[in-house]
Amino acid sequence: MKKIISVLVTVFMMILLNLNVFAFENESYYDVPELKGTSINVYNWGEYISEEDSEEDGLIDVNAAFEELTGIHVNYTNFASNEDLYAKLKSGGASYDVIVPSDYMVSRLIAEGLVQKIYPQELPNYKYVSEEYRGMYFDEKDEYSVAYSVGMVGLIYNREMVDEIPTSWSALWDPKYAGKILMFDNPRDSFAIAQKLLGQSLNTTDQVEWQAAADQLIAQKNFLQGYVMDETYNKMEAGEAALAPYYVGDFVCMQEVNPDLDFVYPSEGVNIFVDSVCVPTNAQNPEAAKLYINFLLDPEVAMANAYAIGYATPNTGALESEDYAEMAENKYLYPDIAPDTEYFHDQDDITRNTMNELWNTVKASGENSVSLYIAYGVTALIIGGFLIYRTALKKYRESFYDA
Amino acid sequence: MNKDSLMKKIISAPYYLWAAMFIIVPLILVVYYAFTDVNGNFTLDYIKTLGSYRYIFLRSIWYGFLATVISLVIAYPLAYIMAKSSASVQRMMVMIVMLPMWMNFLIRTYSWMTILEDTGIINSMLSALGLPQVHIINTAGAVILGMVYNYLPYMILPLYTVMSKMNNSLIEAAEDLGASKMTVLSKVILPLSLPGVASGFTMVFVPSVSTFYISKKLGGGTFAMIGDVIEMQFQTSYNYNLGATLSLVLMILIILSMAIMNRFTDDDDGGVLI
Amino acid sequence: MIKKKMPLASKLYMALIIFFLYAPIFVLFLYSFNSSESTSVFAGFSLRWYKTLLNDTESIKALYNTLILAVASSAVSTVMGTAAAVGIHSVKNKWIKSTAMTVTNIPMMNPEIVTGISMMLLFVFVGRLVGIVNVLGFWTMLIAHVTFNLPYVILSVMPKLKQIDRNLPEAAMDLGCTPIKAFIKVILPGIMPGVISGMIMAFTLSLDDFVISYFTTGPSFQTLPIRIFSMTKKRVTPDMYALSTIIFAVVFILLVLVNVAQNRNENKEKGVGK
Repeated sequence: MKKIISVLVTVFMMILLNLNVFAFENESYYDVPELKGTSINVYNWGEYISEEDSEEDGLIDVNAAFEELTGIHVNYTNFASNEDLYAKLKSGGASYDVIVPSDYMVSRLIAEGLVQKIYPQELPNYKYVSEEYRGMYFDEKDEYSVAYSVGMVGLIYNREMVDEIPTSWSALWDPKYAGKILMFDNPRDSFAIAQKLLGQSLNTTDQVEWQAAADQLIAQKNFLQGYVMDETYNKMEAGEAALAPYYVGDFVCMQEVNPDLDFVYPSEGVNIFVDSVCVPTNAQNPEAAKLYINFLLDPEVAMANAYAIGYATPNTGALESEDYAEMAENKYLYPDIAPDTEYFHDQDDITRNTMNELWNTVKASGENSVSLYIAYGVTALIIGGFLIYRTALKKYRESFYDA
Repeated sequence: MNKDSLMKKIISAPYYLWAAMFIIVPLILVVYYAFTDVNGNFTLDYIKTLGSYRYIFLRSIWYGFLATVISLVIAYPLAYIMAKSSASVQRMMVMIVMLPMWMNFLIRTYSWMTILEDTGIINSMLSALGLPQVHIINTAGAVILGMVYNYLPYMILPLYTVMSKMNNSLIEAAEDLGASKMTVLSKVILPLSLPGVASGFTMVFVPSVSTFYISKKLGGGTFAMIGDVIEMQFQTSYNYNLGATLSLVLMILIILSMAIMNRFTDDDDGGVLI
Repeated sequence: MIKKKMPLASKLYMALIIFFLYAPIFVLFLYSFNSSESTSVFAGFSLRWYKTLLNDTESIKALYNTLILAVASSAVSTVMGTAAAVGIHSVKNKWIKSTAMTVTNIPMMNPEIVTGISMMLLFVFVGRLVGIVNVLGFWTMLIAHVTFNLPYVILSVMPKLKQIDRNLPEAAMDLGCTPIKAFIKVILPGIMPGVISGMIMAFTLSLDDFVISYFTTGPSFQTLPIRIFSMTKKRVTPDMYALSTIIFAVVFILLVLVNVAQNRNENKEKGVGK
């Protein structure tokens, strides 16, 4: 009897090792013969999916698993901001099948007809999307988008480098930490912090308010180490900077490398965002894209993604998964007392232009052009003097030949 | 003979066609985009906004110029030493200089961040030796250092090529005629190496002025160069027209700089040799 | 020839420059053995990232794409460029000749970013006219790479053509060769060194190109520099360092072998001479 059991266990182990360990719901759904051998272009944020290097933690390599399950090849590329994504879509040079814009960009893409209706309710796994994240303000009828991940902006600080725990965005304006402060290198996120500090709405259309926020940012510039985006990772992990505003999920990853880092949601309020999966209008393979989206909603896959990227998940299946229990208790991702949050809304052209122009002013402020002009003047003098000297010398020499 | 030249015309025809389609037409498109708006109507609006980019242009050219001059100062003695050494050392040195170019420049620049940061390698070494820290990263110095590092081989190689072909007997003749070492350098070696200086200057100056990655990584986003602004118009702001306008101006400025540079070297041609 | 010993100062100077050129490469070599995920904090030695690299199908595919593109673009540009050089060389009209050479020089003199955006404008423009939504991909990258490779091929073949005695092919034809045969038997062997060095240059440039690829790439075809760039926007994992280290090692070994072979040949020739 013992022998039989051990044989059975061995066989079972072998099956486990050889076959796919992960079981997905409704696997027959993905068995679409006419889509086998086709490919889809997936355009996502960087490090925003469970990839091969997550396999060490026992997580699925999502794209590889999808390819194996469906026979559809995934061309996976990354973008760095919503605006990059928009520019790529608008250019018309490339077509994508699956994209992951944030809330305000979803409404802009819908308004400009750049994404198509996918009727997510028809997807078998849509049932796992938490009620809270259905019919969001940017897609009230639930036609275009499926929530993928939820995050908030907060303040990362290095416990060893600050005197007291910061609770307000004003810490980023504290002269004590001059040269140790980082700031977002994109207008919307940077302005959002100044706006919260000034008690404005993130979606204000008042030019005076925007100007005030810009002045606030200019006042900060002297204390800054730099305007960065993803360089924040290395700079905070290495203790290069003491304070940086960033997205909570990325903080969770940074803290794994440097345990001295901590995170706070400042009392003035923060920006919250929902990144949602959409299908562009000019997608070449929309049917395969829907399979992919359904796959992303599978509890096993959603759990792996949520775990790997460190953001809060809108997927109830993942939240209830045992493997996710540790993360589900993470006080940064799922804080007990919800911070005061506000979503970005798409801006009208005038506001967007105002913001971009003011951002250019902020970035160019404090630069001393006088020294540059002097440098140019001196160089021109040297070059000119040299040329004159040469010409004079030549003339002087030629005078001997003439004689 | 007629048949021969006909054949030569035919085999070079694909190239002429290619050059017209992929060199000339794209440049015409840049001009077209610079003078039209989003709807394709003629406009001078983008040309008018150039004033606000004045500072970035000036800075880019200045940094590029500094990087080029520093490269020249560093590379000149090295090229001279290389040209003077034995054949096997020469070959080895050419290899050593070229080898880094086979590694992706993005990743090499990225690695400079690790070296230059306040908690980076240089500063850890300094503090281990009990010396004061130096702040390099996110300064103009770091950006220029990045340019010098990336484009130094483009300065060394043309200089070395010219110097290795230099006729040694000219130098010896000058020495025999009683010229001091300084005189030999300024009256013989320098003028003879000018073609190398000119091509090295071009090969370092052009990419330095238009770079868009180095400034971002080593300058911490506070030293935007014109390349960064152009890249942003195409990849983030979706403003092709402004991007094309800025590119057009960049192109014109570089042509102007090259013209000044050429004047400088042409003027010396022959004149000094006498 | 009298062999002079290199002065100590020269040796020191050379060592200093080599140190400067290789410092970041050494750093990434070091961090490729890092046991933690950081590229700025060294936690301990491990081969973890080399293992990760083996499973990183995307990066390996990108490397493969890079090689394919480099081989294809250098082959196309070598054939077209050599033919073009022969054609341009045979042109008698000075004006046409100098125009052809000026156009040829454009991609070399123009900042890379301008070449990149001008090609992107062309592809996007044509794509819109024809109504293709995913025009950017392998073919656009190939066109772009061939375009920036061509001048290097032409400029390295040109000088060799000038060295060939004009009478030689004529003599061959007088003796009954067809123009094509004369070209293959007489001209081609003469310009072969130029063709080969042009091809190597094209291959190298294409392999390492980032800026122009960046503007002409599409989602279905990623090269290694593009992948590294999209990673440096987030966080470069040390497996990219591992990959760079491997590439570096391979190139280094190849170059050393070539160098040794050359040295041996030279010694042999010297031996015969004595």
